[in-house]
Amino acid sequence: MKIEGKVFKYGSNVDTDVIIPARYLNTSDAKELASHCMEDIDATFAQKVEPGDLIVAEDNFGCGSSREHAPLAIKTAGVSCVIAASFARIFYRNSINIGLPILESPEAVKGIKNGDVVSVDFSQGVITNETTGEKFNSEPFPPFIQEMVAKDGLINYLKEEVLG
Amino acid sequence: MSMTMSQKILAAHAGLAEVRPGQLIMANLDLVLGNDITAPVAINEFAKFGLSEVFDKAKIALVPDHFTPNKDIKAAQQCKQMREFAYSKGIENYFEIGEMGIEHALLPEQGLVNAGDLIIGADSHTCTYGALGAFSTGVGSSDMAGAMATGKAWFKVPSALKFHLTGSLSPWVSGKDLILHIIGLIGVDGALYKSMEFVGEGVASLNIDDRFTVCNMAIEAGAKNGIFGVDEIALAYLKEHHQGSPKIYEADSDAHYDAIYEIDLSQIRPTVAFPHLPSNTRTIDEVGEIEVDQVVIGSCTNGRISDLRVAAKILKGRRVNRKVRTIIFPATQRIYLQAMEEGLLRTFVEAGAIVSTPTCGPCLGGHMGILAEGERAVATTNRNFVGRMGHPKSEVYLASPAVAAASALTGRISNPEKVEEL
Repeated sequence: MKIEGKVFKYGSNVDTDVIIPARYLNTSDAKELASHCMEDIDATFAQKVEPGDLIVAEDNFGCGSSREHAPLAIKTAGVSCVIAASFARIFYRNSINIGLPILESPEAVKGIKNGDVVSVDFSQGVITNETTGEKFNSEPFPPFIQEMVAKDGLINYLKEEVLG
Repeated sequence: MSMTMSQKILAAHAGLAEVRPGQLIMANLDLVLGNDITAPVAINEFAKFGLSEVFDKAKIALVPDHFTPNKDIKAAQQCKQMREFAYSKGIENYFEIGEMGIEHALLPEQGLVNAGDLIIGADSHTCTYGALGAFSTGVGSSDMAGAMATGKAWFKVPSALKFHLTGSLSPWVSGKDLILHIIGLIGVDGALYKSMEFVGEGVASLNIDDRFTVCNMAIEAGAKNGIFGVDEIALAYLKEHHQGSPKIYEADSDAHYDAIYEIDLSQIRPTVAFPHLPSNTRTIDEVGEIEVDQVVIGSCTNGRISDLRVAAKILKGRRVNRKVRTIIFPATQRIYLQAMEEGLLRTFVEAGAIVSTPTCGPCLGGHMGILAEGERAVATTNRNFVGRMGHPKSEVYLASPAVAAASALTGRISNPEKVEEL
């Protein structure tokens, strides 16, 4: 799988309260959540983001709450991949569980600016900054997680592997 | 191979003799928790399994605590969905608002947490139960759905940080100051993916409520879980609340820790986390003049009886500053009743504070105390992110119940050690 889009870049410790503020959590409707995605840190994100675009951020992306609404809002807004130097752990597992592609690569984060066009080849784990031509490698998922992603998330994985 | 407390609990629940950091395991769960925000998403995901029953009706807890009493129609719909699911599946531990409390104060109080348990909750502060020697951690709604169906969850075995505590806390200094100090020391990702294990002779000086507060905020350092060694104080709490016998896991003497921190409790000062990160800490001696519009005392972090007693001790016979809206939230119905019987509620009302029904309410900017643009609150809650308690241009300062109560009297962030001068 290969994706390409323009980058929305943010700093460290982007928390789940700015990804999707709690005042909107009185619904679990994914489209409604997406319409408020990143609102408190980037008020125009939801209007500007186009299908395929990427979020690139520094350390500890998605820290804070366990709300799965956060990766869900990002995914539903059309974001094809989040690249960060590191992820908060609940956000990390929630993204895998719902099938939002995420990659850890501190080098790529350093080499990508806001507005750059970036492509990702997931099969090779290669991130390319199409604006500058620079290429970066990302840490591949362990086989267990690759298998879960291949089965399109946690629910299908458990259905097949545990409940059989 | 030697293991930490957390690793031993995971190994036991995965049916393995040993586990090592980084290993991916599938483990059996003792309890699965969800609330009115996270459970509706999980219930929708659970439906995809096509199962008529949950894995164990006694091992699921559903607590409507975030936007309850229902704050608006959408919140009411979410609670209704959870209630109907609970009744239709025969979930034994569903707590309607008259029986409820904030989940992380409620579950231990209801005897649903035992030492040695493995617990997941679709709420990040599920790590609270480490105070009783359980491995507990926050997950998302899909994990909760999977756990309700199978009784299992996947884990990446964490490495650990050890906090070796000595000495004892000074008067007016609490577990909240300790954990804020630690987060200030290691940062909001200082324990990312790791366990925080609290041991040492200083543990004996921390009451159980202090320990709940410390473990509650382990997530604010990025930790997977926080856990205390089980001692007489923890056992006494378990004996009072839990029917079963505790399983005590101790770390091997040669267990590996990524880092060991020596902390002398007597050196901890009242500590405040400034906006907009829990790691942005200063001691009370360094805060300067910070005027506040609202004081919030309560939450899953600091809404327990010890917290209310400290606040009442400061507010007793005094009046809060007229410019400060002071809101106090006992964390459960039982704590509320206890506070009533001890006369604490009278003290609060006479001091000019209001006392709310248990709810997560203002902590996450839900309801019952939202901040307007430019307003500031001192809160005993756990997060001070941008917009956490309301308007994106409002500010939250995290502190202990003692600092919060002292600040309510003066209208600015104040030192409880100087309460006689306030």
